[in-house]
Amino acid sequence: MSTVADIRGLPSLNDADARLLEQLIEGLGRDALIGLSGYLADRARQASRTDDAPAPPAPPAATVLYGSQTGHAEHLAADLVARMRATGLSVRLHAADEYPRRELKDEQLLLVIISTQGDGDPPDNAREMLDFVNGRRAPRLESLRYAVLALGDSSYPQFCDVGRQVDGKLAALGGRRMLPLAEADMDFETIATPWAAQVLEQTRILLGRPASAVKAAEPAHAVHSAPEVTRSRPFAAELLVNQRITGRRSDRDVRHMELLTDGSGLSYQPGDSLGVWIEQADPLVEEILDRLELDGDAEVEFSGETMALYRWLKERRELTVLTRPFLAAHADRCRAAPLREALEPEHRDRLSQLLGTWQLADLLAHHPAEWKAADLIAALRPLAPRVYSISSSPLLSDGEEVHLTVALVDYRLEGAHRWGAGSRCLTDLGQGAHARVFLEPNQRFRLPVDGNRDTIMIGPGTGVAPFRAFVQHRAATGARGRNWLFFGNRHFRGEFLYQVEWQEALAKKQLHRLDLAFSRDGAERVYVQHRMQEQAAELYAWVEGGAYIYVCGDASRMAPDVQSALVSIGMQQGHLSAEGAAEWLQKLTREGRYVRDVY
Amino acid sequence: MNIPDDTDDLSGLDPNEAMKLNSHYLRGTILESIADPVTGAMHSDDSKLIRYHGTYQQDDRDLREERRKQKLEPLYEFMLRVRAPGGVATPRQWLAMDELTRKYGSGTLRLTSRQTFQVHCISKEDLAPSIRAVNASLLDTIATSGDVNRNVVCSSSPLIPGQHAAVVYWAKTLSDHLLPKTNAYHELWLGADPVDPSTEHEPLYGRRYLPRKFKIAIAVPPINDVDVFKDDLGFVAIFADERLVGFNVSVGGGLSTTQGDATTFPRLADVIGFIAPEQAIAVAEQVIAVQRDLGNRASRSHARLKYTIDRIGIGAFKAELERRLGFQLTPTRSYRFDETSDRFGWTDAGDGLLHLCLYLRAGRVANTDESRLLDGMRAIATIHDGEFRLTSNQNLVIANVRSGNRAAIQALVDRYGLDGYARFRRFRLDALSCVALPTCPLAMAEAERYFPHLLEEVEGLLERHGLEDAPLLFRISGCPNSCSRSYLGEIGLVGRAIGRYDLRLGADSRGERLNVVHRENVGELELLDELDQLFRRYAGERHNGEGFGDFVCRSGIVPHGK
Ligand code: SRM
Ligand SMILES: Cc1cc2nc3c(=O)[nH]c(=O)nc-3n(C[C@H](O)[C@H](O)[C@H](O)COP(=O)(O)OP(=O)(O)OC[C@H]3O[C@@H](n4cnc5c(N)ncnc54)[C@H](O)[C@@H]3O)c2cc1C
Ligand SMILES: Cc1cc2nc3c(=O)[nH]c(=O)nc-3n(C[C@H](O)[C@H](O)[C@H](O)COP(=O)(O)O)c2cc1C
Ligand code: SF4
Repeated sequence: MSTVADIRGLPSLNDADARLLEQLIEGLGRDALIGLSGYLADRARQASRTDDAPAPPAPPAATVLYGSQTGHAEHLAADLVARMRATGLSVRLHAADEYPRRELKDEQLLLVIISTQGDGDPPDNAREMLDFVNGRRAPRLESLRYAVLALGDSSYPQFCDVGRQVDGKLAALGGRRMLPLAEADMDFETIATPWAAQVLEQTRILLGRPASAVKAAEPAHAVHSAPEVTRSRPFAAELLVNQRITGRRSDRDVRHMELLTDGSGLSYQPGDSLGVWIEQADPLVEEILDRLELDGDAEVEFSGETMALYRWLKERRELTVLTRPFLAAHADRCRAAPLREALEPEHRDRLSQLLGTWQLADLLAHHPAEWKAADLIAALRPLAPRVYSISSSPLLSDGEEVHLTVALVDYRLEGAHRWGAGSRCLTDLGQGAHARVFLEPNQRFRLPVDGNRDTIMIGPGTGVAPFRAFVQHRAATGARGRNWLFFGNRHFRGEFLYQVEWQEALAKKQLHRLDLAFSRDGAERVYVQHRMQEQAAELYAWVEGGAYIYVCGDASRMAPDVQSALVSIGMQQGHLSAEGAAEWLQKLTREGRYVRDVY
Repeated sequence: MNIPDDTDDLSGLDPNEAMKLNSHYLRGTILESIADPVTGAMHSDDSKLIRYHGTYQQDDRDLREERRKQKLEPLYEFMLRVRAPGGVATPRQWLAMDELTRKYGSGTLRLTSRQTFQVHCISKEDLAPSIRAVNASLLDTIATSGDVNRNVVCSSSPLIPGQHAAVVYWAKTLSDHLLPKTNAYHELWLGADPVDPSTEHEPLYGRRYLPRKFKIAIAVPPINDVDVFKDDLGFVAIFADERLVGFNVSVGGGLSTTQGDATTFPRLADVIGFIAPEQAIAVAEQVIAVQRDLGNRASRSHARLKYTIDRIGIGAFKAELERRLGFQLTPTRSYRFDETSDRFGWTDAGDGLLHLCLYLRAGRVANTDESRLLDGMRAIATIHDGEFRLTSNQNLVIANVRSGNRAAIQALVDRYGLDGYARFRRFRLDALSCVALPTCPLAMAEAERYFPHLLEEVEGLLERHGLEDAPLLFRISGCPNSCSRSYLGEIGLVGRAIGRYDLRLGADSRGERLNVVHRENVGELELLDELDQLFRRYAGERHNGEGFGDFVCRSGIVPHGK
């Protein structure tokens, strides 16, 4: 593995330690190394929790936040900061939406200057902050002292409404007012100037006190005593966010979902997936009972368990996915020639077509047959949990949140409304509801241990999910390697998943290249593999420079097409034969540098 | 030409000055911006530079909040504004606009208060093909925005045949003459060979162009349909029958104000003298040159010519202008304006040709559930062999109709519901609304979308007081920019926030007196209530033939306007 970067180049590792470490891992096999990397990552997280990591630079004594549309609040905030700094205070200044919100809970002194817009709306650069403090995730602010200056125009009915809201909310969260809310009209200096003077004075009094007045940092969390979460012992995670992220005119419904796993002991890494236990939707259970003329209340016993038929169907059986054995059993019952035919070996295409398009309800509609409740439960497949790539880095939420990116399967077949059981169950959940989840780790789909390595991420559609986690994680760990994302979908306007986040990541140099393929916007269909081909030389150079290639998303077409694109890039750029290029890819696979998570 | 202000010292100036100076004569990095696949928007400076090429970056404001939550950028789209001096377009050009909006735009056409076409909702990658389509029809979009002279407007329906041709000639001549000279437009959009920008030269504008937009109007008394005194430069055409004798020149008009900034104000132009027709170009050039050199480049909200004149005084301005011209303006000729309305319905031009002036609410030509105006206009454009005239009142004249074609056109007008001019009362026909939401980024309140409802309500009040046939200029704008000339409405509504407007009263019906604020920041209930009371008084106390605007001034309801 000649391309692995020198361990001695790693930041924050001294030469002696580096040498020791090198000796230790010398000769370890691939699995051991991968295992070790996971272990080290966990250790790193422990370390940051127990605070035996090098102390981070002292946080500033105060923070000034502004929300401003036309610049008044912004200027006032900048002036205030300048004056505070002039007196020797360490202060930071942020537009409300640029403030690292996770730090709010530790904030000691917060000064907010915010205007009211529209008909009582927040300024654009404070909307997210307002959502946050008004939302369920707003932290308690017991150690906070604060003051709010509200800007407004008293000719509007909702005078200074936003400032009032912020002031009230901070108090409700436990913060203590350093000064009463100040409300400035269009002649805002009249109020703003004396307010700033008072702020300065109060700050001096407050921060002049002995250090004991400043609350000590929270002790590290006690070790979790909760039982380990497993597939059979899932954790009930509260749903915080269920947000459609495809545009109004898109006929694809993709959701960004945020689950609270606080207290579950679930400890995940980018690349892992989340398993979710699901239930069938009532209309489907009812349709099936109707079609079979069965009584949902009838008690049914199966392998030692007894419960109502309705519950068996809703909670325990697959209804949206047909299986071959069930089809065979059903064909026997209804004696349908076409069904039997489809089961014959020479008609495999017909069978897979049938299994891919028909659900149980469609089968019953086309080929009615009689089933006894107990037989039905015995023949249907037990309901399996669904799996979704985790689209967040644990580092952004202290491991307390898991984000998913879920595409709702929803379509009409011959006029009947059909859906995917798992994606519907999840996307139907309202805020505050719970989902039963467990971790599906994926040890192979891991970021390079060496943060200096480049990554190439190919993730069209919801395949982009783990790469959101990757990019977040690499930014949070200060990894210095470059990140290159290939993303595609049908339409730019409504289906550019996480567009704004990618734009921000590009601007912050957390993402270095982004190539896009929107297949239905132009005259010709373009997919990610075409974009890869267009960038063949560059892509090959990245790989030869040690980059890792990740592919996630559709297994049936995208993954093979991407693979052929890689082979042809290898041939073209590396002057390899077809076999040579295949061997090149295999070598990358062995080195863990070409990994896929496709479904 | 010596351009004193064309220096590189930008200290203290508005950032737009640096942007213009560094733009390589309006090229910027527009091509790079268009090629960036990650966003539907232009990069920041380019999003301003494209205006000089006639297109505005906008976004669907109805979707802004929703898309923010969806982690999608705003739905960026571009509005294209055509240059059509005097508002004249051929049927072929109409068809080209029709096709353009169906193919790349929102599927509607917007006839503006400056007599031209706007097409909304064009995506970034369709901009160049759209602009090419406009040019293929022998129209263009150059300088319909930006700190340059804009589309020149002129009266659409003078009373006397022949007068229209004379003023359109001057509108077109002035517009063409005052175009920026940079090759950028042709390179960026039409595929012309690139010229080295360092060899380029803007003889009139200089590298930093004007401090702000510049507007010219030509009016033919007694109809002030263009509201000539609201433009930076106005020409009041003086005719001896069909012969154009010359122009009275007016300078320093402008309507827009900045919300909450009392140092901004609307201003009507001063008439400073009379010139011969052939002097119009020199006068326009020198008025522009004075403004270029003396205009305020530090504060864009004080950069229009009206502030320059307010600062140095009209006497000093005129003296400087005459010094540069090398001749004196002669004394103003007498003229009289009676009204600002369009002449709806059929009129006989007297030369064997007929005109039909249609009413188009807020200038919008669309197919909706109610009517298929766009289809109707396409059908008319297909058989019409005269011309179209877009009016400053956002209406449309089907001009120069042969009498043999009249019946066919009338049939289409009736069939497609284009006969509003015959169905509605004067109040509605004269009313104006700007675009506002959802496309206008500056809108603070609804205008065009709220207009139909509001018209119904106010008409109801007028009827209640037996005033349904009273002429009354009613104008609404979604913000204090006053694009629908709301400061010149006898009733002017100026948007302050969603659902809230300033109610302004006291303008006259001739475009010669501005209105003033009567009620600030009111909602609909309060507004209608107030109008109800005002109409009651007006119905009871007006003098014979006294307009509403004159009445509210005389009766002291508002302090006498300017
Ligand atoms: C379409 C039109 C209104 C209409 O309903 O017809 C219009 C629409 C807009 N005007 Fe206007 N203005 C229109 C005539 C006017 C007029 C009336 C006139 O010129 O005859 C005025 C008042 C006269 C004046 O200039 O004072 C006017 C004063 C403004 C201003 C304020 C200028 C100023 O001096 O401060 C702005 C804002 C700006 O330029 O910064 C503006 C800006 C805009 C923009 C482009 C918003 C922007 O800057 O992003 C609006 C686009 C809305 C949309 O979605 O279409 N518009 N605008 C008119 C197009 C005229 C044309 O074809 O060129
Ligand atoms: C490792 C891994 C990671 C994953 N990550 C994600 C992720 O990040 N995001 C994500 O959205 N999914 C992801 N998936 C897929 C996910 O697990 C589910 O398979 C998906 O949500 C569909 O499940 P469902 O229960 O909604 O549909 P099911 O109920 O399982 O299936 C519905 C049935 O409907 C039929 N059908 C579906 N579509 C049509 C159609 N258009 N026309 C006709 N018939 C149709 C088929 O017969 C199908 O079997 C991942 C899968 C794996 C294995
Ligand atoms: C479109 C618009 C709507 C406004 N709505 C309100 C309002 O509802 N309530 C209020 O108190 N002020 C309102 N204001 C006034 C602003 O809050 C005020 O101008 C403030 O000084 C702006 O500060 P900023 O520049 O920091 O945004 C509004 C201003 C504008 C332009
Ligand atoms: S008046 Fe204001 S809201 Fe209306 S179009 Fe002009 S800029 Fe937009």
